Amino acid sequence: MIRLEGIHKTYITGTNELHVLKGIDLHIEKGEMVSIMGSSGSGKSTLLNIIGILDNYDKGKYWLDGDLIGKMSETKAAQYRNRLIGFVFQSFNLISFKNAVENVALPLYYKKVSRKKRNKLALEYLDKLGLKEWATHLPNELSGGQKQRLAIARALIAEPKIILADEPTGALDSKTSLEMMDLFKEINDMGITVIIVTHERDIAAKTGKIIRLKDGIIDSIMDNGERKKWLADQVMA
Amino acid sequence: MFDLDKWNEIYFALKKNKLRTFFTAFGVFWGIFMLVVMMGAGAGLYNGVTRDMGDMATNSMFMWTQTTTMPYKGFPRGRRYMFRNSDTEALKDNIPEIKYIAARLQGWGGEGSNNVIRGDRIGGFSIQGDYPDYNKIEPVNIIEGRFINDIDIGNQRKVAVIGIRVKDEMFNADEDPIGEYLQIRGVYFKVVGLFKSKKRDQQADRDNQQIILPFTTLQRVYNYGDVVGWYAITSQDDVPVSVVEEKAKTLMKKRHGIHPDDDRAIGSFNLQTEFKKMTNLFTGIDGLIWIVGIGTLFAGVIGVSNIMLIVVKERTKEIGIQRALGASPRNIISQIITESVFLTTFAGYFGLVVGVGLLELLNYIMVSTGAEGDMFANPTIDFHKAMTALVILVVSGAFAGWIPAKRAISIKPIDALRDEV
Repeated sequence: MIRLEGIHKTYITGTNELHVLKGIDLHIEKGEMVSIMGSSGSGKSTLLNIIGILDNYDKGKYWLDGDLIGKMSETKAAQYRNRLIGFVFQSFNLISFKNAVENVALPLYYKKVSRKKRNKLALEYLDKLGLKEWATHLPNELSGGQKQRLAIARALIAEPKIILADEPTGALDSKTSLEMMDLFKEINDMGITVIIVTHERDIAAKTGKIIRLKDGIIDSIMDNGERKKWLADQVMA
Repeated sequence: MFDLDKWNEIYFALKKNKLRTFFTAFGVFWGIFMLVVMMGAGAGLYNGVTRDMGDMATNSMFMWTQTTTMPYKGFPRGRRYMFRNSDTEALKDNIPEIKYIAARLQGWGGEGSNNVIRGDRIGGFSIQGDYPDYNKIEPVNIIEGRFINDIDIGNQRKVAVIGIRVKDEMFNADEDPIGEYLQIRGVYFKVVGLFKSKKRDQQADRDNQQIILPFTTLQRVYNYGDVVGWYAITSQDDVPVSVVEEKAKTLMKKRHGIHPDDDRAIGSFNLQTEFKKMTNLFTGIDGLIWIVGIGTLFAGVIGVSNIMLIVVKERTKEIGIQRALGASPRNIISQIITESVFLTTFAGYFGLVVGVGLLELLNYIMVSTGAEGDMFANPTIDFHKAMTALVILVVSGAFAGWIPAKRAISIKPIDALRDEV
């Protein structure tokens, strides 16, 4: 589903050059649930942005769903994002003046789905995520957990193959965070690839594979089974 | 274009900061309002000035005899001469560029001395001898009856067409002058027509106290022989009257033994030249109005553009979200430009309506109080100009949105989404 080979990314701000990604090789299969961890500045958000075609890369190759993603026009990139990827953000990024249904239906608007059809679909998704009675409420009338569920409904509505979540639990309390992870698990069980960037261990522990970034390169990739074993070894020792 | 979500967004964007929206819109409103009012005032000035001229053919000229100023062919300078009936034929035959030619002659005893008698009423009026074509060069409104016709000319009929003031003075208010007789210089003339000048004020008063007789009749009654007083001539539609003027003068010089360089021997007046001067003046005024008006409008449009830049800045994050969700640059550009065009068109249309309303009100007041003066009448803006103004609005609205829209899509979605902005 996602294949990265030798990805480099450098940010240039004025005279400063910041080499963020220094050669990332990564393969994520369809239907995997992966978390990307790393300290701040390790390049995890940059990696996620490149995977989400929100940002471009300087060197290397990136295949998404079999297509090579190189330099492309914004219009083309927008189409890819619309078709393949659903985004979930730490700060939810809901549109404040649109109510819940309209927010959820927005990706379909860009797909030119008729208003009636997309609102019907949006209601279905809200129902699935237990937000039906909040359908006509504006985002600022909802709790943090509800907002994130709303954002997830919006990410799901266009039936993407990949969900990219950037610190999805960063603004939520631990109880809601765990609920949210259960939700991601359910989504993953539907066959959608889920990639979560986080710095919380217990969140990462809920995913099948943990990718650790350090200073722009992959420090380790650990299957969760292996990690449990590793933890056990630590306790033993 | 007619997409509920888009308009919803525009509605919220404009509603969010009502005062700012109002002031931005006011800039455009004022620009168009000023443009409309100034154009209306310009039109009013134009109408006021040109109305004095009535429906006079603008491609017309007048030509009369003066005294020669150069000796030629044995004739001394300072010689007087007359145009003759044969000159009329010669002009018609030799200058095909002439459309209408009317020889004119004035009877003796104009204002001042009394020359018209009817029963116990006596009046002094100016007596003109005219051809039917004269009514095509400097038309009058025929209120009743008819103008001089060709049979009057051919038979030297004793008929008269009288101005409205002649009727007022020589007839009772309830009398119908048509068919009645007036004694002019001892000869009875039957009144066949009543006219009113199309001009205004003094010029109209002067025309309205004229009595027009058939040219040939007047020549005979006043013992003029075949003398012609002066000519009124119009050129063919595609020929400048100055060409005819030049040719006619050359021909007359030749026929009357005048030195070819003796320009002061023949007097002439070319309405087209005068008219052109005036038209140029109004073109100038019009141009000035457009420049000032467009300038004001432009200031308003720049205001809109500025506000749109701020709006884009405020909505950077929102735009980022939309793009992450699959909005193409085209979606974003069309959103911002639609918003900008909507704001300018709405405000501008309002300005147009208020401006036209004010002009109509002014016109109504002027007409109903009779305050229309020499220099100002009927201040209106024609449909064509109003449409032009509207088109300018839409275009400038799009222009005002273009730069901010470009700015909006030049921000990468990732920068727009960054939380720490």
